[in-house]
Amino acid sequence: MAESFRLPGRGRLAQARTARFTFDGKSYGGVAGDTLASALLANGVHLVGRSFKYHRPRGILSAGAEEPNALVGIHRDASRKTPNVRATVQELYDGLTAVSQNRWPSLGFDVGAVNDLASPFFSAGFYYKTFMWPKAAWKSLYEPFIRSAAGLGVAPDQSDPDHYAARFAHCEVLVLGGGAAGLAAALAAAESGLRVIICDEQAELGGSLRFESGAAIDGQNGWDWAQAAAARLAAMDNVRVLTRTTAFGYYLQNFVALAERVSDHLSSPGGLPRERLWQVRAKRVVLATGSIERHMVFPDNDRPGVMLASAARTYLNHYGVAVGKNVGVYTANDSAYAGAIDLKKAGVNVAAIVDLRDNPSGPMVDEARALGIEIHGGRGVVRVGGRLRVSSITVKPRTGGDGERTIAVDALLVSAGWTPSVHLFSQSRGKVTFNDEVKRFLPGTYAQDCISVGACNGTDGLAATIDEAYAAGAKAAREAGGKTGKAAKPKVEASESWSRGMLGAGPGAEAGTTVKAFVDFQNDVTAKDIRQAVREGMQSIEHVKRFTTNGMATDQGKTSNMHGLAIAAEELGKAVPEVGLTTFRAPYTPVTFGTIVGHARGKLFDPTRRTAMHGWAERHGAVFEDVGQWKRAWYFPQRGEDMHAAVNRECVTVRKSAGLFDASTLGKIEVVGPDAAAFMELMYTNPWQKLEAGRCRYGVMLREDGFIYDDGVVGRLAEDRFHVTTTTGGAARVMNHMEDYLQTEFPHLKVWLTSISEQWAVIAVQGPKSRDIIAPLVEGIDLSDEAMPHMSVREGRICGVPTRLFRMSFSGERGFEVNVPADYGEAVWEALWAQGRKHDACAYGTETMHVLRAEKGYIIVGQDTDGTVTPNDAGLDWAVGKKKTDFVGIRGLKRPDLVAEGRRQLVGLRTRHPDVVLEEGAQIVADPKLPVPMKMIGHVTSSYWSENCGRSIALALVEGGRKRMGETLYVPMPDRTIEVEVTGMVFFDEKGERLNG
Amino acid sequence: MLLIRCPYCEEERPEIEFRHAGEAHVARPTDIASISDEEFETFFFIRANTRGTVYERWRHVHGCARFFNAVRDSMSDRFIMTYKAGDPKPKKLPGV
Amino acid sequence: MAKAAAKTVQEAAGVERRPALGGQDMSAGGVKVAVLPPANRVSLRARQEAVASLSRALGVALPQKPKTSAAKGGRTVFWLGPDEWFVLDEQGGDALADCGKAKGLHSAVDVSHRHVAFAVSGPGAEATIAAGCPRDLSLAAFAVGDCSRTVFGKAEILLYRVSEQEFRVECWRSFSDYVFGLLAEGARDAAA
Repeated sequence: MAESFRLPGRGRLAQARTARFTFDGKSYGGVAGDTLASALLANGVHLVGRSFKYHRPRGILSAGAEEPNALVGIHRDASRKTPNVRATVQELYDGLTAVSQNRWPSLGFDVGAVNDLASPFFSAGFYYKTFMWPKAAWKSLYEPFIRSAAGLGVAPDQSDPDHYAARFAHCEVLVLGGGAAGLAAALAAAESGLRVIICDEQAELGGSLRFESGAAIDGQNGWDWAQAAAARLAAMDNVRVLTRTTAFGYYLQNFVALAERVSDHLSSPGGLPRERLWQVRAKRVVLATGSIERHMVFPDNDRPGVMLASAARTYLNHYGVAVGKNVGVYTANDSAYAGAIDLKKAGVNVAAIVDLRDNPSGPMVDEARALGIEIHGGRGVVRVGGRLRVSSITVKPRTGGDGERTIAVDALLVSAGWTPSVHLFSQSRGKVTFNDEVKRFLPGTYAQDCISVGACNGTDGLAATIDEAYAAGAKAAREAGGKTGKAAKPKVEASESWSRGMLGAGPGAEAGTTVKAFVDFQNDVTAKDIRQAVREGMQSIEHVKRFTTNGMATDQGKTSNMHGLAIAAEELGKAVPEVGLTTFRAPYTPVTFGTIVGHARGKLFDPTRRTAMHGWAERHGAVFEDVGQWKRAWYFPQRGEDMHAAVNRECVTVRKSAGLFDASTLGKIEVVGPDAAAFMELMYTNPWQKLEAGRCRYGVMLREDGFIYDDGVVGRLAEDRFHVTTTTGGAARVMNHMEDYLQTEFPHLKVWLTSISEQWAVIAVQGPKSRDIIAPLVEGIDLSDEAMPHMSVREGRICGVPTRLFRMSFSGERGFEVNVPADYGEAVWEALWAQGRKHDACAYGTETMHVLRAEKGYIIVGQDTDGTVTPNDAGLDWAVGKKKTDFVGIRGLKRPDLVAEGRRQLVGLRTRHPDVVLEEGAQIVADPKLPVPMKMIGHVTSSYWSENCGRSIALALVEGGRKRMGETLYVPMPDRTIEVEVTGMVFFDEKGERLNG
Repeated sequence: MLLIRCPYCEEERPEIEFRHAGEAHVARPTDIASISDEEFETFFFIRANTRGTVYERWRHVHGCARFFNAVRDSMSDRFIMTYKAGDPKPKKLPGV
Repeated sequence: MAKAAAKTVQEAAGVERRPALGGQDMSAGGVKVAVLPPANRVSLRARQEAVASLSRALGVALPQKPKTSAAKGGRTVFWLGPDEWFVLDEQGGDALADCGKAKGLHSAVDVSHRHVAFAVSGPGAEATIAAGCPRDLSLAAFAVGDCSRTVFGKAEILLYRVSEQEFRVECWRSFSDYVFGLLAEGARDAAA
């Protein structure tokens, strides 16, 4: 199909460089440098989508990021389907596939358009009104309906195969926006030699110079000057020019988030990331974000073919595309005249300019008239012909009366004036003020080290803009510590200028009318909806916004905010500033999840921590479990064993012979200094001063409120040196907790803490044969019971490398924990394994470790305790030093609630039927015959099948548990009620004889 | 992400190097074991939660690892100043 | 404590040492990320009064200015905090034993195996690290010889600028897979 609307020799694209693309399955031709929108328009395609709520046919309104209508899906392949892409931003590449959205079965005939007829049901606030009752209808009717109707576009159903990059960047001056103002500011700042970053959402810098044919700077036309200036900046070492990059979020202390679209415009992205997130910290920010043209609010102003005048100019002057063959113009300011003039000069018929102003005058008006264009002053467009494409406009005097006239057009350029883009300024927490003379909200009070220049600051005219921006760029650099000159200052030779315009609804859409005159195209909000919201009691613009959805969601009110505000103000009978502007939210335009996630996906989503012996465990078939960020060997199935069989075998083997267990993940802290013991006294409930060097003690750590915070075995290596162990999950927070007290409460103590969690790999060797296994490998340590009794620690060597050897047990068997420097962990494990094989020892994982400790009634902090358990509750009163006068938690323990009768205490539970294993977390009741909800008196904290005991075992927190020994309690489950008997916590070797066995 | 001046590193560092650690100038009673329930309540549970100027503890956990104090505006989130742990509450704040 | 600290670590290894990621490297246009060989490392803590004697014992003056380091003969001492230094010996010296010779009160703990180190070098080194580190890494803000703990993605690292275009990145052993992975991603993007 020929590009019948592409004008040969017009625009800046090399028209010979063609690219093919499809839209809704139909193939079209375009030109390299096109956007999808310009290419569609070149082919005469205006109808590109259906609206969100009413499914009305929609065309292309704009030529930039403010586009509310032309939202399409871009499908690269089965897994690369991006919904809601603005056709005006998506650059064309050869082979691009685009599909329209929100229509079925086709764009031209859409069943959902019935919503348009049913629109009385979808009026303002319909979300809040329609689906109220009956309640029962929610699940069956309303929710499925809303879910299928809501949302625009279809999310991809496969995982995203692209990769996304992220980078932090720092600069002295960050310039947001690369139009004339941004370029001038960047040129000035760059002269200082300081770091400057300038970004713009378009593929090329230049901003409105893209369409302003009347601009001339430094002897060049505006656009060529912009390209030369951009090239000059890009060539400087201290400047980074980021194109296709949207500043979408402005956070505190000049922290600005930029999304760079790296490869969405490429036919084959190769190895490039799709997008890159820049998190920029700038000393000074120059906001040069420009302004956005507003549409006119009149009945059926959303018909395809109705577009902003500046967009039509852009398509003509940049892309060489005429948006129609017989266009009309409807405006309330001069800028649309420039569009009419450009089109007329390009040979496009301009049927009429309808100007709401009574006696339009000035050079542009004169020029239009001189070109023979009919001008209808003091008139408005009150009706539009055509449904899938505008075919005519009906014009009427503004003040009413006769003289209605219908004019045939195939496109209508509209302009109600320009709205400064204060989005990022507002995000920076700056306060805008209303300038009544020009009817604009402009930056008022600044909250950060930034400055607005050019159109976003309400500055009209190119010369004034460049003056202001250049000065601001230089000032920003000076404030950031640089020296600047005037060498790079551009000289403006010709420019266009316009200001003013109108806010609110035009004739035909006044109060009292029921027409659809759209204020917010993306959210389908009409002038009528806003008036209705006010009538229904919404006084604040924030309420009007939420009730009508005007300016919400991804659009953020780029074209709609000011009209909506003016209509609300009129209905409220208040001035615009009294009604106030809604707050602009980040992101400025939608940002993909990929960009926000950046590198943090897959393997890099979160660190996966592995111990030194991980490889061995993997080679020996271990099944791993996640414990925080750690991968821990869970069990080691052999020859088709399931978990149950493997754990049973491991449990029996450890008690019969021995087992090897990787305990490396335990937190370890070296406490060193003459006051080490004094510090330990304060951190733990236990007494430490009298613990001899070479001995160990089980320590309990509380928070100040008296609840158990952590526990672990502590070895005293020397008078002034302790080797403290913590739980795996507690490693970092216990270190933080200890540092906190040491630095801020007890800074007088001469003691230091060093994390050695990862210095030492830890191999637990547990079982009656444990000493036999380690003995042949250990040098310089007497392993006899007399020389090295239970709960002692020695330094020496194993396999020729240094070790801190602990004699301790978390299984109830004779046991050792072999600490070796981490890089030796695996080799020492292998040596121990070779010894173990001689004694039929096994390797065991965390599940067996859990069962063995539960058989002995040893608690696990965080499983058997939950932050509300005291040492007494846990049966650990013996670990609290009774003569101590201070330790963290000493006062908390005396709180009335903590010493009250009836607290939940840790006890053992035996099910009446030994083969029934309780569920951890199951609730416990005293009387199962009570009506629901029953009074729950406790819950199961640990529960296992114990092969060694030949029955199930469990630990539970039960109200007054220790006074209930022998009592029968009940665990109600969905399918049955389980009878249990309260017992002591030790299920195996109650006398503890096996520690030396 | 805020910038926070660490009084030990003597420069501003990105917020993610730091961790908030609650209200500042809440001293642990030296005779804690013998204080009344009411005194313990005041010490342990009651916090000012001021709207406006707040005194906070922060730790430069991924930096020099020191705890320090900060004065911050809880409405603008802005740091007014930071000072070393153990230093007295500043009598005069910069710019106030 | 001098006594305990003085225990020399004679690693007359009877078993093989297997450092994490031993010998791995990757490069992308303009950046090379290499896993560095094992080194001798000590976490040193002391009050001001012990600084002189520790400096003498180590043969390197402990740096006093935040973020700075001092190096002499294969041994580098990093300022990490007001009472904390990190001693790195890449030439087989025993820093722990040397600390033990100092008279001043201190804590010296061997952390040689706690860390894995990477060299990130080339014109793209700064951009590579900026993939996960929020610090300003320009020479003006982070000069040659500067060092500090900071964050890299979701891991804590010790960052040291060896030269204009080379950084040393150290992290805890179990984070090395993650840090290497993110450095590789950063390098790839820096080269893009």
